[in-house]
Amino acid sequence: MRRTSLSRKIFVVCNTAFLIIMALLCILPLVNLFAISLSGKAAANSGAVTFWPVDFTLMAYEKTFNNNNFIRSILISVARTALGTFVSMFVITTAGYALSKDFRGRTPLMWFFVFTMLFGGGLIPSYLVNTSLGLKNNFLVYIIPGAFSCYNLILIMNFFKSIPKALEEAALIDGASFFTVLWRIFLPLSKAGLATVALFIMVGNWNEWFTGILYMSDTKNYPLASFLQVIVVQGNQQDLALDPTSAAAMSERTIKAAQVFIGALPILLVYPFLQKYFVTGLVMGAVKE
Amino acid sequence: MKKGNQPIKNMVAKKTWKQEVQHNWPLYVLLLPSFVLAIVFCYIPMGGLVMAFQNYKPWLGITGSEFVGMENFKQIFAFKESYQAIINTLIIAVSKIVLGLIVPIVMALLLNEVSHVGLKKGIQTLVYLPHFLSWVTVAGMLRDILGLDGIVNGVLKSFGMDPVFFLGEAGMFRQIAVISDLWKGFGFGMIVYLAAISNIDQSLYEAAEMDGANRWQQTIYITLPGIMSMIIVMATLSLGNVLNAGFDQIFNLYSPLTYSTGDIIDTYVYRQSLVNGQYSFGTAVGLFKSGIGLILTVISYRIAYKVAGYRIF
Repeated sequence: MRRTSLSRKIFVVCNTAFLIIMALLCILPLVNLFAISLSGKAAANSGAVTFWPVDFTLMAYEKTFNNNNFIRSILISVARTALGTFVSMFVITTAGYALSKDFRGRTPLMWFFVFTMLFGGGLIPSYLVNTSLGLKNNFLVYIIPGAFSCYNLILIMNFFKSIPKALEEAALIDGASFFTVLWRIFLPLSKAGLATVALFIMVGNWNEWFTGILYMSDTKNYPLASFLQVIVVQGNQQDLALDPTSAAAMSERTIKAAQVFIGALPILLVYPFLQKYFVTGLVMGAVKE
Repeated sequence: MKKGNQPIKNMVAKKTWKQEVQHNWPLYVLLLPSFVLAIVFCYIPMGGLVMAFQNYKPWLGITGSEFVGMENFKQIFAFKESYQAIINTLIIAVSKIVLGLIVPIVMALLLNEVSHVGLKKGIQTLVYLPHFLSWVTVAGMLRDILGLDGIVNGVLKSFGMDPVFFLGEAGMFRQIAVISDLWKGFGFGMIVYLAAISNIDQSLYEAAEMDGANRWQQTIYITLPGIMSMIIVMATLSLGNVLNAGFDQIFNLYSPLTYSTGDIIDTYVYRQSLVNGQYSFGTAVGLFKSGIGLILTVISYRIAYKVAGYRIF
């Protein structure tokens, strides 16, 4: 090895410092939000809170969790995420397996699916179709219309294609059906890949907010993401359901901060533990080959 | 991987349809759920695009509404609002594409110079995180941070400056949109380049070192060319997004105060159709966007395939 020169040393120090600052910039807004949610009214409203709570209090969280509408929206989010992920995985795994085989009509079918990625009917036609199917004010609107995704289908198909053909051929010769092969060979062998795709579908379901706004007339049927959209973005405070006295004692800002933070919490909690899957999923999605 | 089974396929004589169905019917059954969902939720709405050429009235329906030909499309450029939305879309989307291409490359190259593995991993973990947050969450954060009592104004005040209501300033909206999008996405953008860098043959660096090349020269002459095909693929594929300025983001950040610079095609379509009830006009604007988007995407896939061998499936 050559000795590192002085300019190289200076570069390494500056570069490392710069990257650490950039990394902190990615997390500090969340820390700020969390600190505000744990701060007292006066401190929060005067903008005195930076990255550490001032006049520590859990009142914002108490208020939030005493709000039945908020709890309800969390339950709806959990239900749609669980069911939506399951249905979606079922739909794309079955199709992904079929399309990983060679059979007549595969190529036109593939284009049939890919075209859905390139073009669509858009907002109003989709809205009219879903409404005419009775999906307005119906919980299933969170599950069914988004269940099929060509993008995820291709990811899973590519996983299945990478499984050695010999395994399948041996099973088929022994008299196993395609269904058995899928269930007994392909699913167990691609657990990691399927888990990654499922994780991404879960995150997508949890974060999705537009469907609720569009199809639910009653905010009671909103998932958490839509609920937050109304409170935080549209600034509609009716749903905070505060009585006048506690409204005086509470800061709107700390409650909003608490609610936004709770909305992001499942992802923040899961992220460090499943980081490996998150990263492989990103690489898969971006490179796709 | 994709061409592996080609020779075998050619050796086997083509089956008749009857044999095909007898042998492969389970595959068709497995495809059925996806097929039905794609028809119902993707292709039938495409048929609904007819309404862009009609004067659609909900009580008359698609079959009963008056046909007006290209009338709705002519209005797109006649209205100042829709014209402005197209301009805003182009400016915001192109800025996002350009910065979203350059910044991740630079960051990946810089991160590649960090030799401490733990530190590198830690930085990666933090910069990927925002990608997984929803725009509602990020918008909630931004509204707080950029609010009059937010932390940014706190800094301004400590320097004796007047607070600024950032999200209410039309002149700053595009910058905020582009920068916050970059904040949320640059980590994600970096990943492919880091993967490409790790695939570069290490012996090239050793050889360069022997020849006395310094790290800067190694970066310019080995690393950059090594990831060039990935850069080209990402650049061409982003062409399809020229009219995608990001509905989720803009919808959650803009307000009537910033419509003049921040209203994009997608948000305009939403307001025109679902708020103002102009279903046909809204659909026409949407079709204008998705039609151009389709053409651009097809072109970009073709270029990416020709230049770098990229395939969708």
